[in-house]
Amino acid sequence: MSISRADVVHVAKLARLELTEEEIEQFTGQLSDILDHAARIRELDTEDVAPTAHPLPLANVMREDEPGPTLDREAFLSQAPACEDGYVRVPRILDESGGGPGGGS
Amino acid sequence: MTAPPPDTIRGADGVEYEAVIGLEVHAELRTRTKMFSGAPNAFGGAPNVNIDPTSLGLPGSLPVLNRRAVGLAIRFGLAVGSTIQRAIFHRKNYFYPDMPKDFQISQYDEPICAGGEIEAIDDAGGLHTVRLVRAHLEEDTGKLVHRGGGGRIHEADSSLVDYNRAGVPLLEIVSEPDIRSPAQARAYVNELRAILRELDVSDVKMEEGSLRVDANISVRAVGDTRLGTRAEIKNMNSVRSLQRALEFEFERQVRICAARGEVVQETRHWNEEDGQTHSMRSKEEAFDYRYFPEPDLVPIVPDPAWVEEIRAGLPELLPARRVQAVCGTHGVSADLVMSVVYTPGLADWVDAEVAAGADAGRAYVWASQEVLAHMNETGTAVSGLRIPARAFVELTELTRDGTLSSKLAKQVLRAVLDSGRSPREVVEEEGLAQISDSGELEGIVAGVLDSNPEAVEKYRAGEEKVIGFLVGQVMKATQGKANPGQVNEILRARIGS
Repeated sequence: MSISRADVVHVAKLARLELTEEEIEQFTGQLSDILDHAARIRELDTEDVAPTAHPLPLANVMREDEPGPTLDREAFLSQAPACEDGYVRVPRILDESGGGPGGGS
Repeated sequence: MTAPPPDTIRGADGVEYEAVIGLEVHAELRTRTKMFSGAPNAFGGAPNVNIDPTSLGLPGSLPVLNRRAVGLAIRFGLAVGSTIQRAIFHRKNYFYPDMPKDFQISQYDEPICAGGEIEAIDDAGGLHTVRLVRAHLEEDTGKLVHRGGGGRIHEADSSLVDYNRAGVPLLEIVSEPDIRSPAQARAYVNELRAILRELDVSDVKMEEGSLRVDANISVRAVGDTRLGTRAEIKNMNSVRSLQRALEFEFERQVRICAARGEVVQETRHWNEEDGQTHSMRSKEEAFDYRYFPEPDLVPIVPDPAWVEEIRAGLPELLPARRVQAVCGTHGVSADLVMSVVYTPGLADWVDAEVAAGADAGRAYVWASQEVLAHMNETGTAVSGLRIPARAFVELTELTRDGTLSSKLAKQVLRAVLDSGRSPREVVEEEGLAQISDSGELEGIVAGVLDSNPEAVEKYRAGEEKVIGFLVGQVMKATQGKANPGQVNEILRARIGS
C-alpha cells in the first residue's frame, strides 16, 4: 500500500468530499494501485530529462490585450443560489473557530 | 519630518532586538483585459459586469495568456535587474468564495522574473538595497463585501461577491527578508510604487487595492543570525498603516521574546481603528495548496528579441537613483527631491525647466513646496497644472536680476499656479517687483526711523541687533517688496553716522 487511510481522509477533506467508511477503504486500495502503477516510471533513469510542464511541444501561446465579449450579468446571477444588489450572496465564510485559507492574494 | 524611530528595541530582559522583515507586494497590471480572457480589467462600476466564462471558471472555458501582462512583468524585471527566464504556470488549490474555479493560476517554482533588487532611499538620504526573491504572474480573485457584524469577516452574517476583479493580472513581488525596520519597509514600498508607476506597469493605488502589501516579520537579538518565528501581517491599506502595523508587531514580538514566550507562526490582521494586529486563529492544519503545473497553459519562453525591445524602452534611472543624482549635483536635500521624484510627472517637468535654464536648486525647492502644496490643496495632477512652460526659467531670471526676493518669488509662483499667467505677467499686473529704486526706499526708511526713535537710540548705544527690528519695519511698510540687503545698507548709512 503506497497510500494510507489517513492520506485518503486528508485528501478528501482538502477536496471537500464526504466519504463513507466503505468508500475510504475502497479508495485507499484503488489510489494505491494507481500510484503503484505510476511508480514504475521511477525505475527509468531520468537524470538528464527536464521535468515535463506540458505534453505538447509548444510555448508562448498568447493573445493580444484586446477586450472580448462579456457575459450578461442577469444570466450569470440567475445561476447563483442567492444574489443581492447585483452580487452573488454566500453564507458566512468563517465559522466560530475561525480559520479559512490564508491563500489567495 | 519627525525623527525616525530607533531601528532596535530593548526588551524588558535587557536584550536589544531587531526586526527582520520581508514584503510581498501584489500589483495589478495596467492591461485593458484580464490575465487569461478578454473581459475588461476596470476598477469601480457596477458589480459583476466585467465577467466572462473564463474569469468565472465555467466548465469548458480555457485560459489564454495576455501578452501585455507578460510584457509588463518583463519590463519590471529588467528595470530591477531580475533574470528573465522560462516560466510555467501552476494551479494553487483552495476553496474560497472569491475564487470561482477553486484554484488560482499562479507561478510557483519557475517564475518569469528571478532575483533582482530594489534600492530605496533611507531616512539618512542614503540607499538601502533590498534583494528580491522573484516576481511572478498570477490572477487576482474577486472581491468580498461582508454583511452584518460591522463589515468584519469574523462577525459577518453573509458575504457578497463581485467577480469584476477575478482574473485581473497581478505581479507578485517577493523580497528577501532584508528589511530591518518599519521605516525601511515604508521606504521600500514607496520606491517600489514609484518604480511601478514610472514604468507604467501598475497604477499602484493602495486605497483602490491595485497595490497590496503583506508583511512577514520576526524579531531576533541583535547579532543573532538565525531567523525567529515569523507572523504574516495583512490588511494594510496605506504605506502609513504598513509602518504602523509593523511597529505594533515588532513591539508585540519583542514583548513575547523578552518574557521567554514563543511567537506563533500565523496570519494576523491589521485593524486600522484600534491600531493593533489580531490573530486570524487559523486552523492548526497547514494549508496544503497542492500546486501542480497548469495543464491548460503552455510555458512562456521569453523571446530574446522581445526582451531587448522592452529593455530599450526603460527609463535611464530608477527613482531612488534619480533622487541621489539630483542631490549630488545640486545639493538639494533628499527629502525635497524625493517628494518631487515620487510625484508622477513632476520631476520630468522640473528637469525640462532646468534644461531650459532654470536654477536646479531653486526649481526643486519650488516644486517640492509651492507646486506640491498647490497640487494637494486643489487635488490636481501634474498633467492638470496650469503652470506655463518656462515659468521656472522666468522665476530664476527675476530672482537673479533682483526683481524678486526668494520670498516674493514664492508668492509669484502661487499666483502663477492659481491663474496660469506667466511670472512676468503676475509681477507686472500685481506690482510684486522688489522696490529697488533707492530714492523710494530712502523715503520709506526715513519714515520708519522717525516713528521709532527709541530703537535708533538703542542702536547708537551699541545694541546692534536692533537693526533687525528696523529692517522688519521697512519690510512691513513695503509689504515685503523691499530688498532686505539694500534696506540694511541704507539703515546703517543713515543712523550709523
